[in-house]
Amino acid sequence: MPSDPRANPSQPSGVPAAGTVVTGEFDATKARKQSTLVLRRFFRHRLAVASLAVFTLIVLFGLLGPLFWTIPVDDTTSRGYLPPSPAHPLGTNQTGKDMLAQLIVGTRLSVQIALVVALGSTIVGVALGALAGYLRGFVDSAISRFTDLMLIIPQIAVAAILVRAFDGSWYTVAFILAAFAWMQTARITRGETLSLAQREFIEAARAAGARTRWIIFRHLVPNMVGTITVNTTLAVATAVLSEAALSFIGLGVQPPDTSLGLIINENYSQITSRPWLFWGPFVVIVLLSLAVNFIGDGLRDAFDPRQTKVRA
Amino acid sequence: MIRFITRRLLISVPILLVGSFLCFFMVAGAGNPVAELRAKPGVTEAQVRALEVSLGLDQPIIVRYWTWLVNFLRGDWGQSIALGQAKVDIFDSVMRGLWVTARLVIGAEVLAIVFGVAVGVLAAVKQYSIFDYIATSSAFLMFSMPVVCVAVILKTYGIQFNNLLESLGMDRWLTTVSPAEGGFSGGFGDWLFSYTGTYLLPTLTLTLISFAAYSRFQRASMLETLNSDYVRTARAKGISQRRVIFRHAFRNAMIPVTTLFSLNAAVLFSGAIITETVFGWKGMGNLLVQSVRTFDPNMLMGWLMVTAALVVVFNLVADLMYGILDPRIRLA
Repeated sequence: MPSDPRANPSQPSGVPAAGTVVTGEFDATKARKQSTLVLRRFFRHRLAVASLAVFTLIVLFGLLGPLFWTIPVDDTTSRGYLPPSPAHPLGTNQTGKDMLAQLIVGTRLSVQIALVVALGSTIVGVALGALAGYLRGFVDSAISRFTDLMLIIPQIAVAAILVRAFDGSWYTVAFILAAFAWMQTARITRGETLSLAQREFIEAARAAGARTRWIIFRHLVPNMVGTITVNTTLAVATAVLSEAALSFIGLGVQPPDTSLGLIINENYSQITSRPWLFWGPFVVIVLLSLAVNFIGDGLRDAFDPRQTKVRA
Repeated sequence: MIRFITRRLLISVPILLVGSFLCFFMVAGAGNPVAELRAKPGVTEAQVRALEVSLGLDQPIIVRYWTWLVNFLRGDWGQSIALGQAKVDIFDSVMRGLWVTARLVIGAEVLAIVFGVAVGVLAAVKQYSIFDYIATSSAFLMFSMPVVCVAVILKTYGIQFNNLLESLGMDRWLTTVSPAEGGFSGGFGDWLFSYTGTYLLPTLTLTLISFAAYSRFQRASMLETLNSDYVRTARAKGISQRRVIFRHAFRNAMIPVTTLFSLNAAVLFSGAIITETVFGWKGMGNLLVQSVRTFDPNMLMGWLMVTAALVVVFNLVADLMYGILDPRIRLA
């Protein structure tokens, strides 16, 4: 590049070579917001972008599917265990329900459960973690002991017992799973808050008379947004798998609601005789959690300012 | 060391105590074990009341908790009270289930750690090699697989493999439904045949799931230590590659993996629940599913307390490991 002053060894660096006119190049460089930087980095991560596309397609499949595939999910007028045909691309199950319609609803509810669990557990975890890390002392001990307590009881067992007590609708399952999934986030947030709270800008905010709530939500949380986002994404993938596990043992989502886990539970015995009944939900569930995991990885790279693989 | 272990165990006593209280409330709130009896025709209200009184269900919850706790600590875990089920001793059932599950889980966990750590280290040392790509992508795939699917797929191919063996004139090898109760018999050859046949598929299921997490973690933390200054210093001093990797990098890279080990306890248990359901094992998982279905509060409490105590033990082991791996973390 001849216009680059550094390319000419006879000129001291920084001084334009003779004959070149420096236009407003430096004026044109605008300050970039963090979100812009992160998005730029994310969109250079090919696998993550492809995964985002796959995830979007799965969500659209669940949301818009009923517009294009009009057989009702609880329609049992067809014969049971029909093989795939134009009328039923994925066949029918034992009671004659159309599998494609089942899969659409199951996908939607599984995604909804996963999103509710991820968001709910993130909100609770961040709030508790930030409070513990910022207030220290008694509050910290109380919250930390409570977190330890929640960690010693297996989530799936508690969820199974509670789902039995309430009903097996999708939101009950989602709330119960969320209530026992925030501990990891709380621990991570507490750790980050402990180190952030020692920094000068927090001290300055406190000296300026900011209240605790203001400091936590205006100063601490925005500085942890990378960790929190990545953690939430990974929580989506975990929630998809937890829901599948819970519904599989028959103690999660109950009919008339359905979910990918429940569909697998109802049909896995047919894996050799009618493979399409098993592989349909299987493919959706694996693609879903794989895509979310890759998105999380891409976000982690995008949020990490130390990473140098792609320049933003 | 002894002091540390004692202190840690003492700290976990109040946690377990509060945990038992919360669990008791939750289980008691989840339903009334005699409720279904009321709905049955031909059962009078007086009969139901009598049953409630005999089970102590007419008393306030706090009294019931206290009675339960005192008996539990004495070693009297009560009997199952689910309707229409044979009365069995809770302690015996939970311990029998635990023994079945432990044999499955311990083997799977050891295999997962050994292979996961080995593959993770190799993938990090040979970063961006073909081995690394294969290991990383298969770990990613396994990490995103529901345990259910792994178990069901392995079971299906296990049955087909058995059919193949049979068509070749051999005995069926892999046990895919309900392993025989009691021990194995016969000579060493027979013993080995039935032992491996029984354990292979369920152990493989649990190993694959945990393996993915361990190898991913190990690779990431190994890469971080390999790129750190003290490893570069060690290399600059002329220390051999092998020694740098094993003495300098590996030991430090194990620390995050130890954290994963303590967190993996719960994952392992839920994995075992699914695996046992698919392969028909009568372990802790089966016990949980049955006691939730029939709603047996005593059994659920026994189950929850044993699992909680195990998680505490897992955490303790992880803390001891930190001390061994990093002498700076003093156990005092």
